[in-house]
Amino acid sequence: MEILFALTLGALTTSGVYLLLRARTFSVILGLTLLSHAINLYLFGMGRLKTESPAVIGLVPDYADPLPQALVLTAIVIGFAMTSFVVVLALKAAVELRNDHVDGENPNEDRP
Amino acid sequence: MPLALIILTPLLFAIIPAIGRHTTVSRQAVAAALPALLSLVLLISLAPQMLAGETLIQHSDWIPHLGLSLSLRLDGLSWLFALLITGIGCLIILYARCYFEGHPSAGRFYCLILLFMGAMLGIVMSENLLFMLIFWEMTSLVSFLLIGFGWHKRSARRGARMSLVITGGGGIALLAGVLLLGQSAGSFMLSDILVAGEQIKADQHYSLMLSLILLGAFTKSAQFPFHLWLPHAMSAPTPVSAYLHSATMVKAGLYLMARLHPALADTDLWFLLVVLSGMMTLMIGAFVAMFMHDIKGLLAYSTLSHLGLITLLMGIGTSTAMAAALFHLINHAVIKAPLFMMAGIVDQSTGSRDMRQINGLYRYLPGLMLLSAIPAAAMAGLPWLNGYLSKKMLFAESLQLVTAPDWAVTLIPVWVTLAGLFSVAYSIRIFHNVFFNGRPVDLPIYPPRRPPRLVLLPILILSTGCVLAGVFPQYVYALLIQPAVNAATGLSHPTYDFEQLTDLRLPLQMSLLALLGGLIFYMARTPLFAIHNRLPEVDAKEIFEWIMQRLIHFSQQRVYQLENGSLQRYLVFMLATALILSTFAMTGFSGWKGSVAITRPDAMTLMGACILSLAALGVAVFHRHRLPALLLLGVTGLFVTLAFARFSAPDLALTQLSVEVMAVVIMMLALSFLPQQSPKESQPYRKVRDIVIAGIAGLGVTLFSFAVMTRPFDSISDYFLANSLPGGGGTNVVNVILVDFRGFDTLGEITVLGIAALAVFAFTRQLHLKERMAPIADEHWVAEPHPVILSRVAHLVLPIALLVSAYIFLRGHNMPGGGFIAGLITAVALTLQYMAGGLVWAQERMLTHFRPLIGAGILLATSTGLASLVFGYPFLTTTYNHFHWPVIGEFELASALMFDLGVYTTVVGATLLILANLGKLMTVAGPGKEVG
Repeated sequence: MEILFALTLGALTTSGVYLLLRARTFSVILGLTLLSHAINLYLFGMGRLKTESPAVIGLVPDYADPLPQALVLTAIVIGFAMTSFVVVLALKAAVELRNDHVDGENPNEDRP
Repeated sequence: MPLALIILTPLLFAIIPAIGRHTTVSRQAVAAALPALLSLVLLISLAPQMLAGETLIQHSDWIPHLGLSLSLRLDGLSWLFALLITGIGCLIILYARCYFEGHPSAGRFYCLILLFMGAMLGIVMSENLLFMLIFWEMTSLVSFLLIGFGWHKRSARRGARMSLVITGGGGIALLAGVLLLGQSAGSFMLSDILVAGEQIKADQHYSLMLSLILLGAFTKSAQFPFHLWLPHAMSAPTPVSAYLHSATMVKAGLYLMARLHPALADTDLWFLLVVLSGMMTLMIGAFVAMFMHDIKGLLAYSTLSHLGLITLLMGIGTSTAMAAALFHLINHAVIKAPLFMMAGIVDQSTGSRDMRQINGLYRYLPGLMLLSAIPAAAMAGLPWLNGYLSKKMLFAESLQLVTAPDWAVTLIPVWVTLAGLFSVAYSIRIFHNVFFNGRPVDLPIYPPRRPPRLVLLPILILSTGCVLAGVFPQYVYALLIQPAVNAATGLSHPTYDFEQLTDLRLPLQMSLLALLGGLIFYMARTPLFAIHNRLPEVDAKEIFEWIMQRLIHFSQQRVYQLENGSLQRYLVFMLATALILSTFAMTGFSGWKGSVAITRPDAMTLMGACILSLAALGVAVFHRHRLPALLLLGVTGLFVTLAFARFSAPDLALTQLSVEVMAVVIMMLALSFLPQQSPKESQPYRKVRDIVIAGIAGLGVTLFSFAVMTRPFDSISDYFLANSLPGGGGTNVVNVILVDFRGFDTLGEITVLGIAALAVFAFTRQLHLKERMAPIADEHWVAEPHPVILSRVAHLVLPIALLVSAYIFLRGHNMPGGGFIAGLITAVALTLQYMAGGLVWAQERMLTHFRPLIGAGILLATSTGLASLVFGYPFLTTTYNHFHWPVIGEFELASALMFDLGVYTTVVGATLLILANLGKLMTVAGPGKEVG
């Protein structure tokens, strides 16, 4: 299970980092989202993987670690706020600069 | 009396002349003179303690764990320097009153000169060496401004830059040296350092420490090979040259050497470095001065030679040598300041400083001639003047070298006599050339203007000082020098025997030799100048500028290579750096697999993980086709949700699910304005490079997470699990952590959420996409904006969804749920209404004030926390109780519920503010009404 989890994290990170390095804002947003999935899962994994043992007192005999869960919960919500902010930033940049290159203009293209 | 008053008076009052820069120069001079005089009077009032050999120390902590404190010290040595700084300062202020008559920038000058005075006082009165360094840098900066006072002239700008580079560089070296010194002595306090001499000299870093500290002192005091900046600083106005570059700033390095003498001196290295540097500076200065045609240039090189002389004496380092050094130090200030003033007056009267033009001024400026004769004669070393005595003391010291190496015993007496000869020659030259030597040649102002009488007053005072110190040296010694020597060496000494000095034959003969030789040298000046003129001219400033330009050009190129404005490039650099550093840190690590046994995955989990990985990689593969990529991203999010559900995190699963819906909706909205396809990579090699970087990053994350998860661990969560029910009154530990144990974090997080939403609002407010974007082909999008089935279902779903969110909210404390999740569910339900009915439709029916909602939420959460303060508990302490309601039965109510309600309100407000504003962009030119 741990190997599987670690490999999945690797796939999310690889894809996220690759997209982060792309030249267009939309790809970067996709990459950021994937990367935040990876980070959330990574933090969550720090509390170790337990099945069928939610941290609700009295429900089950053994409990999963609740602290990383609490941290990740707020991280998900803030990650959403950040994503929306970046989306608006990308729209604004696209309107102001009339293209969606992350550097504002493609160095290899001629200016219109 | 607080010693800080002496330093703060000039520093604080420096602002007054700057404010009153439009008034007359006289008023500005008075405003500057009063604080300077006050400091001087305060210093004089401390004379009894100083003469009794007391050391006044006043402490005030600043950053104690760094060893930095605001500690001031006043002993004989500091007192001597402080008197010199304030005393000469007052006279310079008086002189500048005439120099700057009618000059529009006089206020700036007075402001800077007071700042400089305060900084100098800070250097000599600091007990803490780190504190002293602050003032040290301040003098470098203010001196930069003063040298560049006439910034419209190129020479002033270049001279200022040169001095800043050299003295500033020395300041950095000094900082390093002082840090080493403090480490070695265990304290930055002078009182500790001065008694730890043995320990410091035995330190393994002693050579480095000494070299760095001397580098600071030598650059400040313009010692060889750092002497070049001083002659170029002469482009400053004459009062600045007279004050900074003869009497005070250049003495800061000498002060440092005298001050740290007990801690650092009396070693072979000290002798070698200080004596050699002093000798070189002495000779170069004295020799070159003779050939300078500019009066100020001559004085600058002569200043160099005198600084070298004092350095040489400090290098010799015996207590009598120290006495001679300090005696000459004040003599030099008293001699050089009036000569600089004379140079300034001549410059203003004739419009020239070139001694080939200025001749025979005794006809026009007889008063100035009479007054300048005294310091000029003192500089040459004529009897009954102070210069004569200190030169003789130097000669006597040079003959009494006992512990010095052989080369020094024979070389130094010859060397100083030769330098004395040159100094006689240039002293004669400056006086004879300016006031006699025929008639003026092509003066820009002819006949020379008569200066105002007042300007002669400071020269008169200082010249009188020359005579008094020469006739009554024992009083000057007892009053000023002896306390300083005692403080500098840390010992008690008998008075210096001036009677015996008169009787010594050899020094007298050396003086006579220097006088005669200097006279002969001056007589032979015409052929000597001719020879000098034929020598190739090397302009140090040009070389310096050339080096500076190359350096700047080189740095610009390096900066451009790193920082060319491409964010894409920066990101590659950052990621690559992180990868290289972590690879480096992990080199040689092999135990990736920990001791905990690996659990076997079941088929469902395996399948889920495969789909998740493939979907994630698919996003990258298909990223150029944006809509499919976005759909795959949605799949990824859903499978992350499943992962949370699988591994016992129902709260996370619920949160992720709601967020995923909203995130995809937002990205869909954005995509409708952006191009549907990304263009191909313009540089194919980039793709390969990025795949490599991403692959290494993924591999690293895999290995790290695997390594951590297979290791046993001890969590602090046991505390939360044990106390959740008895302490927080809830069985859902995750929720109790959020609203109770870590409630303060949550408060911060909802605030961040609110701020992000407001930022989105602010950005979209002025954004009119449809008007400005190039038209995008709409074929991907459904023509019908609001499908009937969707809108009907949405209306039905709303009440159910709201009910569910209320249920999730209420049970949150005990079962999976809570404010965050309920808020997101509400937001999703309302978003559905927007999507189904359109923005205008929804706005007509729904609440549209989201910003007040965010504010209310944060306010509610905060005031719940504050309420516990009222009852005397720490911020955000929760309380709970069980109530028995008829029919319903046992019912628990926790104050955390109110806090959670605040969280809920903020989440709803923030999410809807973001969505509604993004949605608003969809409508052509936006609806008339503002959303938010």
